[in-house]
Amino acid sequence: MMRAEVIIIGGGLMGLSTAVHLGLRGVKSIILEKQSSGRHASGVNAGGLRQLNRHMAEIPLSMAAAEIWKNIDALLDSHCDVQLNGQVRVAENEAELLTLERRVEELQAQGFHHEQIIGQGALYELVPKLVQGCVGALYNPTDGFARPFHVTTAFRHKAESLGATICSGVEVNTIEVNGDGWKVKTTGGEFIGEKLVNCAGAWANKIASIFDEAVPLTPKAPMLMVTERLPTFLKPVVGAVGHKLSFKQMQNGTVIIGGAHLANLDFEREKTEIDFTELKTSAKTVTELFPHMGNVRIVRTWAGIEGFMPDNIPVISPSVKVSNLFHAFGFSAHGFQLSPIVGRIISEMVLDGKTDLPIESFHIQRFNKRLYADI
Amino acid sequence: MQNHELVIIGGGPAGLAAASTAAKLGAECLLIDEQATPGGQIYRAIDSIPEARAQLLGPDYRAGLELVSEFKQSGAAYLAEASIWNLNSECELGLLRDGQASLLKAKHVIVACGAMERPVPFPGWTLPGVMTAGAGQILLKSSGVVPNNGVVLAGAGPLLLLLAWQYLRAGVRINAILELAPARNFWRALPHLPNALLAHHYILKGLRYQLQLKRAGVPIFKSVSNLRAIGTDSIEAVEFEYGNNVKRIETPLLFTHFGVIPESHLSRCAGCQHEWDASQLCWRPLTDEWGNSSVNGITIVGDGAGIGGAVAARHAGRLAAIESARSLGKINTQQRDNIAREDRQWLKDDLRIRPFLENLYRPQHTLLSAPKDKTIVCRCEEIDAGAIRNAISAGHRDANQIKFFTRCGMGPCQGRQCDNAVSQLVSHELGLEMGKEEPYRIRPPIRPLTIDQLASLQGEDKP
Repeated sequence: MMRAEVIIIGGGLMGLSTAVHLGLRGVKSIILEKQSSGRHASGVNAGGLRQLNRHMAEIPLSMAAAEIWKNIDALLDSHCDVQLNGQVRVAENEAELLTLERRVEELQAQGFHHEQIIGQGALYELVPKLVQGCVGALYNPTDGFARPFHVTTAFRHKAESLGATICSGVEVNTIEVNGDGWKVKTTGGEFIGEKLVNCAGAWANKIASIFDEAVPLTPKAPMLMVTERLPTFLKPVVGAVGHKLSFKQMQNGTVIIGGAHLANLDFEREKTEIDFTELKTSAKTVTELFPHMGNVRIVRTWAGIEGFMPDNIPVISPSVKVSNLFHAFGFSAHGFQLSPIVGRIISEMVLDGKTDLPIESFHIQRFNKRLYADI
Repeated sequence: MQNHELVIIGGGPAGLAAASTAAKLGAECLLIDEQATPGGQIYRAIDSIPEARAQLLGPDYRAGLELVSEFKQSGAAYLAEASIWNLNSECELGLLRDGQASLLKAKHVIVACGAMERPVPFPGWTLPGVMTAGAGQILLKSSGVVPNNGVVLAGAGPLLLLLAWQYLRAGVRINAILELAPARNFWRALPHLPNALLAHHYILKGLRYQLQLKRAGVPIFKSVSNLRAIGTDSIEAVEFEYGNNVKRIETPLLFTHFGVIPESHLSRCAGCQHEWDASQLCWRPLTDEWGNSSVNGITIVGDGAGIGGAVAARHAGRLAAIESARSLGKINTQQRDNIAREDRQWLKDDLRIRPFLENLYRPQHTLLSAPKDKTIVCRCEEIDAGAIRNAISAGHRDANQIKFFTRCGMGPCQGRQCDNAVSQLVSHELGLEMGKEEPYRIRPPIRPLTIDQLASLQGEDKP
C-alpha cells in the first residue's frame, strides 16, 4: 500500500503538470497511469501552442499559459523544443476576413489585445508559399509549437524530481472513502490519499461516474499526418477560416498536418484506424492552400484518443458530489497549450481551495439537467 | 469502392500458389504485386530471364516456372506494379497504381508479403558499398549485374552461401566469405539434425555449395566476430576478429546477410496480433494451421507468417486458399480437409529442416542486442545506439516510447530497418524477456504515398 497527500489519476500532461505544481509547493503526489505517460492525446498530439481563436472563457488561462511557455525552462528545466514563431488563421476572401475583424473587435471590447489582423502583404511575408489570393489573417506572434512527447517527458522528470511517484501500468478499479480521504484500489495495489484529482482524459468519465457526476464526454481520435523532410519554408503555424487545417513545419523539416478529421475508434480496445476517406479531405486542403506540397510524400498517419465536450471547453472543477475530489479533463483537442497553467490551477484548488483564474465556465455541473436532456 | 471476394497480396510462391488454387476452387480472386512479373523475390524475373542466366542461378530458381505458368492459366486476375499502402481490420485496402490511389474491399485477404533481410546494425553498415546479399541477388536476377572488382560476403544464413555459389559460377572474384555464426551454434543445432535429415536435400545442397567454394579457393573464415566496415566516403576494407586476431581485408564492396525475417508491416498495420519468435528472432503473426490471423478475414502465409522457405510457402499458400474457399462458401469443411491433405503433409515435412537451420545460423546475441554506442541503429534519422540507451535511462521502457522520444523509426523506411534492433536493445538493457513489450506500432501508408495521390483518392464511397 502506498500513501501520499494527493492521488492523481491519469499520467498525461494535466496530471503531470498538477504533480509538478504540487511538488513546487512541497506536496507529494502519486500518479496512477493505466499505460505509460503520454501514450494517447498528451504524447501524440500536434503540439500547437495556440492562444489564437480560442473560446472566450479559455483566453485568460491560455494567456497565462503562454507566459509560462515563453520561459518553460524555468518550470521544467527543459526547453521542450518550444518554437514561438506565431500562428496565423488565414482568410481566403473578404467575408472570412470580416469574421476575423469582428472577432478582434469583440476581444478588444473584453480587454484582450493578443490577436491582431494582418493584411495580405504581411501574410505573404509570413507564409510565402501560401496559395495566391488570400486576403489577410488573424495573427498572434507569440504562439508557436513544441514537441508533445518531449514536453510530457520533461513534465514527468520534473514531477519525479519534486518527489512525485508515477505508477505506470496501473488501472483504477474502485475508489472508497477512507476517513477524510480516499482509498483507491487498482490493478497494482491500494493507494491512500487525502485528495483525489481526476485527469484521466478520454477515460475521465469512468472516474466521474463512480461519484455519480458523469458528463457528456465523448472519446474521439483526431488524425494527423507527417511528411518527409523538406527545406525550411514555413515558420508560423497555419490554420484557415474556411478549412479544417493545422499546418506546421517542424525544425527537422517534416510537415505536420492536422484538421480534426476523425479516425475510426475502438475505445474499449484503445485502437484507432485511419479513415482515409476523411484524411483525403485533409490532403485536398493542403493541395489547395499549399500547391507546392503535391508531390511531397506522406511518411506516417496516426490518431490520438482524446475526450471531447459538447461545448468544446474542458471541465476544470471541484466535485459537486464529494469534497476533496477535483476534475480536469475534456480539453477537446486543445489542452496541450493549457497544460502548464491547468496544473497550477488544480494545485491551488487542492491546497488553497481557490484560484485567481476564472474557471466558472468549466464547471462540471454545466451540463446538468437542461443540457443533458438534449443529448 | 471496388469489391472482391478474395484479394491476395504478393506474387511470390505463397501468393501464386494461393491464387491458382483459389481460382480453381471457384473464388473470384485478384492477385496484387509490386513487381512487373510474377515470381516474388525468390523467382524474380523468372518469366523473362535469358536462359543462360537462369542456368547460372540453378535448378531451385527454375522451379518457379511451373508455379508461374499454373498461375497464368488459373483465371485469377492479376494486378502488377501496384503497391498496397494500407490494410485495415475491415479488409479494406489502399492501392497505388500508375500514380492513382484507390481503396478496395475484399471479403477475404491473403497476405503473402514474404520476407525481408534481417537488418543488423554494425559499425560502418551505412557506408556506400555495404549492401545486403539480397540486393546483390536482385541485381543478378533482374539485370545480370555482378561486382567486377571483387566482393566480401559476410553474415550467417543459407542465402549467403547460395549467392557465393552463384557468383562463383558467374566468375565474380570473392575476396572472402566471413561467417558470423558462433561455433557453438553447431552444438545447438545438433539435436535438431535427425529431424532435419528427413529433409536432407537441403543439407546436401549446402554442403555441395561449400565444397565447390572451397575447391575454387575462396577464403572462408568461420566464427568471425566484431565485423566493421572501414572507409570514409565509401567502404575500403572490412575488419573483423578471427581466432584471437584482428584481420583486415581490402574490398570495395561488402554484402551482408543475417538471415531473413517476416515482412510484417502490412499485417501489423492491419492490427493482426504478433508474437516474438525466439528461435527465428523476429516478430511473426499469430496464425492457425491455415494461416488465419487474429483479424477476421485476414490470412497470412509464406515467409511473412514465419520463415519456412519457398517450398513451404507454396504449400502454405495452397492451404490458405483452400481454407478461404471454405470461408467464402465455395467448398464445405469436409471437402477442404480432403483437398488439403497432401499439402498439409508436405508442409509438415518441409518445415522439419527449420529448427536445425535456425540454430545453425543464429546470429550472435551481442550482434543483435548490444550494438556499440556509436553504431547507427536508425539510418533514416541517424540515431545511434547511445542515443537509444540515453532514452532508456530517461525512463522510456518500450520501443514505441523510444520512437516517440528519439525519432528512431520515424523516417521514410517506417522503422523497417531498426524495428527489431530497437526492441532487442531495449529488452537487453532492461533485462526484460523479449516479446513482452509491443514492437513499433505500424502506421499507414506503409508504401510511399504523396499528398496529391491521397487528395485524388478513388473509391472512397462507402460500400
